[in-house]
Amino acid sequence: MALDSKIPKGPLADKWTNHKNNINLVNPANKRLIDVIVVGTGLAGGSAAATLAELGYNVKAFCFQDSPRRAHSIAAQGGINAAKNYQGDGDSTYRLFYDTVKGGDYRSREANVYRLAEVSANIIDQCVAQGVPFAREYGGLLDNRSFGGVLVSRTFYAAGQTGQQLLLGAYSALNRQIGRGKVKMYNRHEMLDVVVVDGKARGIIARNLVTGEIERHSAHAVVLGTGGYGNVFFLSTNAMGSNVTAAWKAHKRGAYFANPCYTQIHPTCIPVSGDHQSKLTLMSESLRNDGRIWVPKHIKDVEAIRAGKLKPTDLAEEDRDYYLERRYPAFGNLVPRDVASRAAKERCDAGYGVNATGEAVYLDFASAIKRYGKEQAHIKGLDENDAALVKQLGQDVVRTKYGNLFQMYEKIVDQNPYETPMMIYPAVHYTMGGIWVDYNLQTTVPGLYCIGEANFSDHGANRLGASALMQGLADGYFVLPYTIGDYLAHDIRTGPISTDSKEFDEAEKSVRENIEHLINNNGTHSVDHFHKKLGKIMWNKCGMARNEQGLKEAITEIAELRAEFWKDVKVPGTNDEFNEELAKALRVADFLELGELFAKDALLREESAGGHFREEYQTEEGEAKRRKEFQYVAAWEYKGEPKDAVLHKEDLVYENIEVKERSYK
Amino acid sequence: MSGILNSSIGRKFAMALSAFFLMIFLLQHFVINSLSVINPDSFNEVSHFMGTNWLIQYIMQPVLIFGVIFHFIMGFILEIRNKKARNISYAKNNGGANSTWMSRNMIYSGLFILIFLVIHFIDFWIPEINTKYIQGDMSGLLADGEGYRYYEELTHKFVPIWRVAFYCLGFVFLALHLLHGFMSAFQSVGANNKYTQGLKGFGKAYAIIIPLGFIFIALFHHFNH
Amino acid sequence: MNLTLKIWRQKNANDKGKMVDYPISDISPDMSFLEMLDVLNEQLINKGEEPVAFDHDCREGICGMCSLYINGEAHGPDRGVTTCQLHMRMFNDGDTIYIEPFRAAAFPVIKDLVVDRSAFDRIQHAGGFISVNTSGNTIDANAIPVNKHDADDAFAAATCIGCGACVASCKNSSAMLFVGAKVSQFALLPQGQVEATDRVLNMVKQMDEEGFGNCTNTGACEVECPKGISLENIARMNREYLKASLKG
Repeated sequence: MALDSKIPKGPLADKWTNHKNNINLVNPANKRLIDVIVVGTGLAGGSAAATLAELGYNVKAFCFQDSPRRAHSIAAQGGINAAKNYQGDGDSTYRLFYDTVKGGDYRSREANVYRLAEVSANIIDQCVAQGVPFAREYGGLLDNRSFGGVLVSRTFYAAGQTGQQLLLGAYSALNRQIGRGKVKMYNRHEMLDVVVVDGKARGIIARNLVTGEIERHSAHAVVLGTGGYGNVFFLSTNAMGSNVTAAWKAHKRGAYFANPCYTQIHPTCIPVSGDHQSKLTLMSESLRNDGRIWVPKHIKDVEAIRAGKLKPTDLAEEDRDYYLERRYPAFGNLVPRDVASRAAKERCDAGYGVNATGEAVYLDFASAIKRYGKEQAHIKGLDENDAALVKQLGQDVVRTKYGNLFQMYEKIVDQNPYETPMMIYPAVHYTMGGIWVDYNLQTTVPGLYCIGEANFSDHGANRLGASALMQGLADGYFVLPYTIGDYLAHDIRTGPISTDSKEFDEAEKSVRENIEHLINNNGTHSVDHFHKKLGKIMWNKCGMARNEQGLKEAITEIAELRAEFWKDVKVPGTNDEFNEELAKALRVADFLELGELFAKDALLREESAGGHFREEYQTEEGEAKRRKEFQYVAAWEYKGEPKDAVLHKEDLVYENIEVKERSYK
Repeated sequence: MSGILNSSIGRKFAMALSAFFLMIFLLQHFVINSLSVINPDSFNEVSHFMGTNWLIQYIMQPVLIFGVIFHFIMGFILEIRNKKARNISYAKNNGGANSTWMSRNMIYSGLFILIFLVIHFIDFWIPEINTKYIQGDMSGLLADGEGYRYYEELTHKFVPIWRVAFYCLGFVFLALHLLHGFMSAFQSVGANNKYTQGLKGFGKAYAIIIPLGFIFIALFHHFNH
Repeated sequence: MNLTLKIWRQKNANDKGKMVDYPISDISPDMSFLEMLDVLNEQLINKGEEPVAFDHDCREGICGMCSLYINGEAHGPDRGVTTCQLHMRMFNDGDTIYIEPFRAAAFPVIKDLVVDRSAFDRIQHAGGFISVNTSGNTIDANAIPVNKHDADDAFAAATCIGCGACVASCKNSSAMLFVGAKVSQFALLPQGQVEATDRVLNMVKQMDEEGFGNCTNTGACEVECPKGISLENIARMNREYLKASLKG
């Protein structure tokens, strides 16, 4: 099947408006006759479920957590971008579009990104109307801050908890619809298959995580907003439950999986402390507004620090290497995430890592504290040369800006970041790849839609900070609810979809067989044992730097590990009860397939772009080297084993942006 | 407005209103009692006024009795409901880590105060009602007609040491009850603002000084007569 | 570190449940409390026993999924953290640690340490929202300036993660801090004024129907709240409720 991205004709700026004007609508009376299933209740799924219900559709929403409010969007810290230009610093829809395409290393679809930039301003209006308490200035108007990879301040935020506030906003809209009876909410339910009837997605099979019951749910369309697959690395900043299962099952039922190798490794996370580590904690990118990243200039100082003989604060300025400022004078500490992460890895690989494992660099607030302190002292008419006073005033400013992050750091690492620099190291954070969708956010299976991080669409090979929240809400509030009408308009006479069909029988049967196999397997190793092994392969061979040999090894090792998993995994308990090990096993089984496709995709992409860095393809300065012949989306069709997956290419055409070398120097 | 007492916040509000009333009553009771230490004649006059004024006797007194009964009954109702809200208790609970003993044991300090009130009514209120409304002696005079009887009766009651000791204990529980109850009443009616810090100090002072004053009066009369 | 864990085990909602002792050794002080439980579970699985079920998800203190009543306190002895951020360095070698589910009639146990907190969701369905359609055709976000002080207070109230520590800590199992925070967030913002009366009446009604206890202002909730939600929010809800009762 040829990929048709269904990008509307016409000039870039008019595409979305024209498209909305021309697609089919469903009249309000008919919407009542149509059911839509939404899986996932994060920013994308939650906002989509609420909006679809407002429009009049009957919505069934599913989440595996105990409440929709717990979806992992809640953990996003820094902010949300919008081309409001409230700061008057030259921002515009075009500029947000341009920054996003460039930030994504020219691997995203122009029309989608432009639409995203276009609706971004509406998101802010909408959220404020919902009562989302964004940070404000003293005049009562909204405040902005700056994020990596851009030259304007367009990021709206709510302290370090922007994701939480936006999700609670979407959750409140969802609650309103649940209260009205327009959304039926299924908490603690995990989707385990998509049911395709006559080539159209007509329902799902879900497992009630409390009772273990396998349930059939039918609908006229199915929307997946199930997030990313970062947990394929075992250690990531994702929540423990974040998984690829819904997306992977969709893939197995015919949805193409695009660019799986595009993974974002976030530069500012708390370093791993030991083998017991279950997950990694992100420190918001916003910290790079004020924090300066460095390692010692001399190996002898590194050794002294590791041995505990030298404190970082004792090291003189000239003995420090602020390597981002050195290498990228224009953007300095605010280079995009992929660039910052690779630079940290480069220093640590060269032996300059500052903790016991050699995998940490400093993020230092001392100069910001001093700068703010002096500013405050000046405003208050106090002595600007009183070092202790300046430090205290400066710490107060930093506390109001990043207090919750500093507290979180101190609780985890047991060091006071106001007094000594933080230690950070990159960690898996976000996956730009995902289910392939067209301009309408429809997958290659008619009636099956995919939104938010779960799809591949808007970020190309690298995502800019504060853009994930923007995409999730844009998809859920403003894009999907309209584009899905175009499809559903043909379904107004279909009537309710029966769950008594051979397709539902078959899907339920395959789910049950999988579960029974796992429960009765009686192997010798726990699920985590396999998950950790998979994570190690992924991190070492498909992580921040990849090469042909490593990827080939990864493909073989993952396939072997998968065989071993099915033979030797041990899942205690039974199927018909609350059984977290079983839930985990089902998720890891899918990660073990995805991991292989991931490596295969990375192997095929013989270039470096954004989060995908192939050691063979770098410039003389060690920067990512894109190759013109790879200016396409790699969409994989399922054919049984991951190694048999068939590649389909969607060429990326840039008509409004000149594809250039991405430089932040 | 209807059904406000059926809501948790409504009940809380009613509890606070009765508490305010009782705290004001307590204050005036204390002021009048203090007169017995400073000036027995004034004490007698004020007591006679309070005991015979129709507004006090026929309006305020029933309101007070209603307030007391309401506060107790509501207190019990709340306690029963609250116990029901946790059907299985913790194997280990460290309440001291997050709240004061007083706040967690209002029901017990309240129960002791109830026992105290029963004794107190038997000691003073019932004889008073008997004299005035059953025997019909509204004069307030001693049997020999030589001056008012109130001061005499008061000092007489504080002769036995057991009663003094019991009263003192009652006041200690009253203090414990007030140490939480004073601020709690304000919080319940929604007063929590920039004045709260100051009010907290005042509440503490009130909760300690008033019961301490009552203890002083009891001891004063015991040792002076 | 070597520890003795006393953990509540309960097979399902109908089981009676009991405390069971588990010795555990070689615990690193750098582990989080949940990572310590991961170690225990790995050992139990390898021994062929059933692992201890507990709720958790983000493990960075924001999703509100983790709970646990540890040594008599919600989220354990540390302040301003959830259980997932509680680190073993807060304990000493040889300690006995009690681990129980959050207890309230309104939070029935599902299994072991997992409880059902959907009562919180139902309170939100009753009014935890502003009725604005998500059309995007609202007024410009900067059309209504909001006093920074109010905006900051609204944000502080909105940081509630809905974990239920307030209910678990309250001797009355009262949900007033949770509901007070949501009511306050909207009461402090101009957008929330239109529906203020119905919102507070409906949310309190639902709260009462769920079987939470009455607030007696002990303040335990505020102390144990991992997000430091202030008692002022309860006072504000009391005011809002009284105002609404008089109006409605």
